[in-house]
Amino acid sequence: MQAVEVSHIVKSFVDKVVVNDLSFSVAQGEIFGLIGPNGAGKTTTIRMMMDIIKPDSGDVTVLGDKLSEATKNKLGYLPEERGLYRKLRVLDSIIYLASLKGLDRHSAEEKANQLLSQTGMLPHKEKKIEELSRGMGQIIQFIVSVIHDPELVVLDEPFAGLDPVNTDLLKGMLFGLRNQGKALILSTHQMNEIEELCDRILMINHGRSVLYGNLAEIKSKYRSNSVLLEFEGELGEVPGVTEKRTHKGYLELVLDGNTTPQQVLERLVSRGIVINRFEVATPPLNEIFLRVVGKAHE
Amino acid sequence: MTLIVPLIAILLIGVFQLVSGIARPTVEAMTIGYVDELGGFQQYTNQGNITLVRFDTPDDATDALVNGDISEYFVIPPDYISAGVINRYTLEKQLAASPATTAAINNFLTSNLLAGKVPEATVARIEAPLNLVSTRLTETGAVAPEQGGYGNFIIPFVFGILLALSIIFSSTYLLQGLGEEKENRLIEILLSSVSARQLLTGKVLGIGAAGLAQVAVWAISAPLLLNLASSSIGGFISTIQLPANFIVLAVVYFILGYLLFAVISASVGAVSSGSREGQQLVGIFTLPLLIPLWFTSLIMLLPDNPIWVFFAIFPLSAPVEVIIRLGVSAIPAWQLVASIAVLVLSIIGTMLLTTRIFRTYLLMYGKRPGIGEVLRNLRSG
Repeated sequence: MQAVEVSHIVKSFVDKVVVNDLSFSVAQGEIFGLIGPNGAGKTTTIRMMMDIIKPDSGDVTVLGDKLSEATKNKLGYLPEERGLYRKLRVLDSIIYLASLKGLDRHSAEEKANQLLSQTGMLPHKEKKIEELSRGMGQIIQFIVSVIHDPELVVLDEPFAGLDPVNTDLLKGMLFGLRNQGKALILSTHQMNEIEELCDRILMINHGRSVLYGNLAEIKSKYRSNSVLLEFEGELGEVPGVTEKRTHKGYLELVLDGNTTPQQVLERLVSRGIVINRFEVATPPLNEIFLRVVGKAHE
Repeated sequence: MTLIVPLIAILLIGVFQLVSGIARPTVEAMTIGYVDELGGFQQYTNQGNITLVRFDTPDDATDALVNGDISEYFVIPPDYISAGVINRYTLEKQLAASPATTAAINNFLTSNLLAGKVPEATVARIEAPLNLVSTRLTETGAVAPEQGGYGNFIIPFVFGILLALSIIFSSTYLLQGLGEEKENRLIEILLSSVSARQLLTGKVLGIGAAGLAQVAVWAISAPLLLNLASSSIGGFISTIQLPANFIVLAVVYFILGYLLFAVISASVGAVSSGSREGQQLVGIFTLPLLIPLWFTSLIMLLPDNPIWVFFAIFPLSAPVEVIIRLGVSAIPAWQLVASIAVLVLSIIGTMLLTTRIFRTYLLMYGKRPGIGEVLRNLRSG
């Protein structure tokens, strides 16, 4: 069963359609990337998944159940813009927000202590929220979003403002959640993080799906029929190569339509060139993003 | 705030005692001149602290006035009996003669006019003919247990003020809380955990309970304060009485009034971008609540004016208006029924609107939408 199934959701505000017939699904034990330019409808989509607002039409199901009061405790949310009650102590904040997710005080405190110690925040648990640094506050909010053992966790820009140590810590915890079979949706503008963490992605623009599926498949679909090459010796003319682009430390060979990378490799080897690196070029997600969004703008 | 109100009351009682100790109105002996052009006004020249001195001509009197021998003088013209006009001359700039002077001249004239014609006791009665003592009877002719008057008015009046205060404080708390949650975006986490209706209900009930606790503290401290104040107010305390049905109506109007204002504050909080802006907006709604307090003296003078019927039924002013009028006069049953019915309907209506506004605007930050936009959204949403 899919952890989340979004089918044909539509949402408009005052005559402006913000999300238009969007469908996708996220499996249990998957980290799913949700990307798109600013104003594409990501936040609205997330809010509909988090049952904060209702779609005008279409359905969202979590583990087969339609969103309702009963499913709210299965959802965890780390919103992009963050804040907590500034005057409240760390532990009290966590326990209060966990109690809204149906946890009783005792188990909330136990779980909070466990997560605080896991993130190295235990010494700060009696501090007021306003005494924490921004990154620390963010760790506390992450704890709030997962303390009730949700089936679906949506994280909006979770790494913004975190130092490399905390970024690494958070990534480790995300992988841990994935291994427990949770469905994680990651929304960020940091394409390298998507490439590092996500198996599948959905890219939306103007409220519609523009790219959806396995990240590797999407990248191969967008590959530009060229190979990246690091070598020793003299290259000379290579049949089937229409253009040579020099990059720092390597060369990009653009192939003509009839030549495959395999044929080029054979030709290079037959000439006795020492090859240190031979790679079929797939464009980084960043470039795909720019190409897709750019095309839509034209 | 809960404890500050009783503390301020203690302070006021202290200040009152201090001031009244220092500034007891001192009664000064005064000399007033008069010129008797009609004749026959010779007796009764000692009127309490005011002594009247006769002058033969206005010029003599003017000289004495300029020299400071007398503080003012008046002339009884020959046609006084037919015209009733007395001309008064003074060096002071003032709105009118002081009540003491007027009474003294009044009694001097009456006494001289009646001298020898009626007995002394009758003269005194003519000067002060009325000391009204009212007793209210029931329909069977027995003395009514509830007598009305100022003793009946004091508790409703104080409760009216407390009601307005606690409603305003509670709505301010609600606004501040919502404003903070909107400003720091906690609202998103809250709404992903509970529904908008649950959030609204929880806030209204939670802050309502806090408001009730506050009123309870005031109510408990009130008799103690009255006791303390009794040294200043004296025997008046013994006449203090609760109007009929007061407790029931007070509770009903407190709860209904609070609910209406809490729900209004919630929608204002949802629409406005921060707590400060919200407080300015909600001020528009709390204004009608205070109107009955401003016009308390008019309500006391003209309790049956139709305008009070309007304020008793208009939901924003009804809670305070009804409570204050209870202390002044009896309110017809139909007005109470209409007032409570309108209040309940307004609460239900506002509640329905607020749930919608809540869902739409709690998640919108930045610029506050105009009224037109809110209405358009309500219709389409």
